[in-house]
Amino acid sequence: MSEPATTASGATNRGPGRVLIAVYLLFAIAATSRAGFQLVTKYDEAPLAYLLSALAAVIYIVATVGLARAGRAGRRLALACCAIELVGVLAVGTASLLVPSAFPDDTVWSRFGAGYGYVPLVLPVLGLVWLRRTAR
Amino acid sequence: MNGPFGTLAIVLSLVLAAWSGVAALRNRPPDRTHLVGLAVVEAAVLALTVTTLVAIGGGSSPAEAGTFWGYLVTLLCLPPLAAVLARMEPTRWGSVIVLVICLVVPVLVVRLQQTWSVGSV
Repeated sequence: MSEPATTASGATNRGPGRVLIAVYLLFAIAATSRAGFQLVTKYDEAPLAYLLSALAAVIYIVATVGLARAGRAGRRLALACCAIELVGVLAVGTASLLVPSAFPDDTVWSRFGAGYGYVPLVLPVLGLVWLRRTAR
Repeated sequence: MNGPFGTLAIVLSLVLAAWSGVAALRNRPPDRTHLVGLAVVEAAVLALTVTTLVAIGGGSSPAEAGTFWGYLVTLLCLPPLAAVLARMEPTRWGSVIVLVICLVVPVLVVRLQQTWSVGSV
């Protein structure tokens, strides 16, 4: 963590940022395919959970694009996505523990992302830290 | 699906993850050995795919078909994705990318095996 000199200032898509983009890309793929499949095949079973999965999927896609674009607009986009994501994972995580009956099936964000090794909880924090670190 | 290739893919991927971790710790970009490693992992995943297709040809079928195919296609794309990203980022962080993707591959293989045989999990 001691090489700020190697990361061009302001660029979110270099160095550690590219690792972040890779992980966001994986989650975009995972959440999109999961949500798409669930919405198409069994929407009626747990509409709320599946719509939330779809929302998460969209946010992961937009965040990936935002981080990869690296410009000012991209940075703003990524910032908004990471913030929504953090709020989402905390809200849905809490709700899924308090009112489990509302979530008959899991979403990416259920139980704070436990089904995905808590990566959904850590990812927006890392994203915000990275955006802050590359900001000038 | 529960033949040797799933286990092989998991082991190879974990070995490559460790090897990428070594490169990242030494502040090295991924080199030729990592790219060859990704090719080997991809070969194991392809072998797994072929044996699965043969099994399906022989009358078996995945328990959760939709999810199964989704995981399989994603799994096949991961090693090439890691290779492309690693070449885009010729720094230690490229090695971290290979490391991360090589940790995701075993997870996907396990999920694949679970969606193949739901009853026997």
